[in-house]
Amino acid sequence: MRKSIFSPAALLTVAATSLGFLAGPGSANDLTVALAAEPTSMDPHYQNLTINNSMATQVYDALVLQDVNQNLVPGLAASWEPIDERTWEFKLRPGVTFHNGAAFTAEDVVATMQRAANVPNSPSSFATFIKGKTFDVVNDLTLRISTEKPYPFTPNDMSRISIIDSAFVDATTENFNTGAASFGTGPFTFTKWLPGDVIKLSRNDGYWGAAVDWDNVVIRPIGDGTTRAAALIAGDVDFIERVAPADLPNLEARDGLTVFKSVSNRLLYLTLHLTNDPIKPYVTDHDGNPIASPFRDIRVRKAVSLAINRQAIADRVMDGLSAPAGQFSPEGYIGYSTNLEPDAHDPDRAKELLAEAGYGDGFKLTVHGPAGRYSNDTRILEAIAQMLSRIGIDTSVETMPASVFFRRFSRGGPGDTPEFTAAMSGYANGSGEPSHPLRIFIHTKQKERGYGPGNRNGYSNPEVDKLIEGGRSSMDIAMGEMAFIQATDIAMREYALVPIHHEIATWAAREGVAYEHGALDSTFIHKIRPQE
Amino acid sequence: MLAFVLRRVMQSVVVLFVMSLIVFSMVNLVGDPVDMLVNPESLPEEIERVRRDFGLDQPVHVQYWRFLAGAMSGDLGNSFIFGRPALALMAERFPATLELATSALIISVTVGLPLGVYAGLRPDGWGARIIMGGSVLGISIPTFWLGLMMIIVFSVLLGWLPVSGRGETARFLGIESSAFTLDGLRHLILPATNLALFKIAMVIRLARAGTVEVMALDFIRFARAKGLSSRRIVLAHLMPNILIPIVTVLGIEFGTLIAFATVTESIFAWPGLGKLVIDAIVNLDRPIVVAYLLFVVALFLVLNLVVDIIYAVLDPRVRLQSDEA
Repeated sequence: MRKSIFSPAALLTVAATSLGFLAGPGSANDLTVALAAEPTSMDPHYQNLTINNSMATQVYDALVLQDVNQNLVPGLAASWEPIDERTWEFKLRPGVTFHNGAAFTAEDVVATMQRAANVPNSPSSFATFIKGKTFDVVNDLTLRISTEKPYPFTPNDMSRISIIDSAFVDATTENFNTGAASFGTGPFTFTKWLPGDVIKLSRNDGYWGAAVDWDNVVIRPIGDGTTRAAALIAGDVDFIERVAPADLPNLEARDGLTVFKSVSNRLLYLTLHLTNDPIKPYVTDHDGNPIASPFRDIRVRKAVSLAINRQAIADRVMDGLSAPAGQFSPEGYIGYSTNLEPDAHDPDRAKELLAEAGYGDGFKLTVHGPAGRYSNDTRILEAIAQMLSRIGIDTSVETMPASVFFRRFSRGGPGDTPEFTAAMSGYANGSGEPSHPLRIFIHTKQKERGYGPGNRNGYSNPEVDKLIEGGRSSMDIAMGEMAFIQATDIAMREYALVPIHHEIATWAAREGVAYEHGALDSTFIHKIRPQE
Repeated sequence: MLAFVLRRVMQSVVVLFVMSLIVFSMVNLVGDPVDMLVNPESLPEEIERVRRDFGLDQPVHVQYWRFLAGAMSGDLGNSFIFGRPALALMAERFPATLELATSALIISVTVGLPLGVYAGLRPDGWGARIIMGGSVLGISIPTFWLGLMMIIVFSVLLGWLPVSGRGETARFLGIESSAFTLDGLRHLILPATNLALFKIAMVIRLARAGTVEVMALDFIRFARAKGLSSRRIVLAHLMPNILIPIVTVLGIEFGTLIAFATVTESIFAWPGLGKLVIDAIVNLDRPIVVAYLLFVVALFLVLNLVVDIIYAVLDPRVRLQSDEA
């Protein structure tokens, strides 16, 4: 099954490598990057975690890649198309070799899928993207993936799985951590990982795409934001992610540094309990007696949204690092609906709506949220509580560590139901698949079908469900996207949840270093380039 | 003596057992690791799979029993996050922390002792007042703030020392440490000093108090009357007498340096135990939290025992309990 090492591709690699040496291994061409966190493993199939996934894209490629705005672009597959209702055909890229010199073929994809779905001790496996799919090798460079029902998102799912050489199908996670098995096809080769200290990568001169500019890259995890900024100013590192809002003005004013910002797809939202059952202790009349959730009435939900001054939160709480939101996606990002605008601040109209709904005297409410999970989360919630109190909803705030919050948020109530009446949380679409937030938050909760796992307030609209399911089974992707936008419009106008803002992601670099950034707040090392 | 040590070891085992029971039940009260681990986009059966694989579907007493059975054979369980044995992960990080704590201890003694003795010899001089004032600052200024200030002054403004990380390490006498390379030493100075500042202040105060007390005693006056040089009085007569309490306190303080270097390690991105544990607490990596707390308990039990023994050896007036029984 292993291929001849004398293939043209292998020779090309050798030639490219030696040319690289002739060009001179200048150490001036090295890059040091400080990240806010480090991966839990160098095994690309160990855990479906943002930082692990972005690190994996440096050393490995998937069949389909995502650009900085998560649009699908060709990767190890040069093209793909549905050949019938249930089958996708992927044409693989010819002449690609792994870092160990082995040629890439369809067999490697099949072996990868076998391994990625079954990594022992995985805290969050990739099986979700592989289960229910059949992989058929047509020839070395053609692969068919079929599903039981029509499924338009096979290419999206394939963009999540890093392809490894079939020789390492039985390799352990440890083998990948030490580098014994970590041979991908990606822009960098893996050199070394000292947990907590440093990750070292080197350029893959034989990369099938545009080769990266750096000879060597050193990645340091520096968790503390101020230390990270200090390391950049002191010249210890060339590039940092997540500039702390407090350090931002300082870095922007300083000569010799560049700051990059972009509106990310990370959304902060409020979810409001929509059903009678059960009556919770977090919403009461003014005497403290629990009452049925007033948020069953759409007018009360709208009043909440109108009461929130999103621009004030952006200016005063977030130091300018947020953009008011009216839906899941930021502008220009998959699934964005041009029909929706963030609600403008209108406390007078909010009061009218409350009165119309029969809550002219207001009520008492406790909102819950995580502390320290999202940028300024506690302060945002406190600001919102003040704003709600101003329209007559007497609001108090209770925050807690994320580890406690998420358990109570999803099943802290009686019978493992969600505990809170009103809670703030965050979401970022990791998949680049437009129906993702709809499936998770908007569709009626149907556990066995995988619908509504994040639907914690009991929102249910059969028309919206139909649109979501229709779009998810239509092989006509454009038609599907229209259905999703329609579903988004309806759900957002019914305040299935109340969007607050999209966080603005930040990076900073020394002069002469540029970064191609988009709606993802994680960092992709191969997008860091020397400035022309 | 032997009976004393044996009895203490037996007591330690009981303490460890009780602690494991308390720690294990406490960490099981907080949150649910599955919420922190499994990506929300996963299928529902993935949550069940992780729960099953990590034994979280079992009642707490069954989980504890499994843990205890493993612990008997030296296995404190696998980290949920890293999928590797908790003890191996801690052993990997321990050298960095040990090196930081040792350096901090050395700094606090070499700086604190002379300053404290000086302040004690001339308690009313200007020098003493400045030293004691400084030691009040050293005790009351928060470590993290001072750490950041040190970074700003020595790394950002002056550019003398690197901001963070451990730097190059080298192997010497079988020990891998950054103290053996120039680059490593440069990385070590700021975090070790930061960690040492509180201890320096403490050593100063202990040394000063001891000096003032001992210098007023008859044997020192006698030595003076005999015409001994002050150098000899300080080194041969004062030092041994003030050192006993300082050694005792530092023995225990060494434990706190190792166990609670967390803040300093976080600020300076030092790849030691502290960072591992903070991440484990935030992400509910229960096996690491349990293993770490038990390690800390064991560390203090051992240090206490060692200090008691050294104390008895240094000071003949102290008799170990079991002797008179």
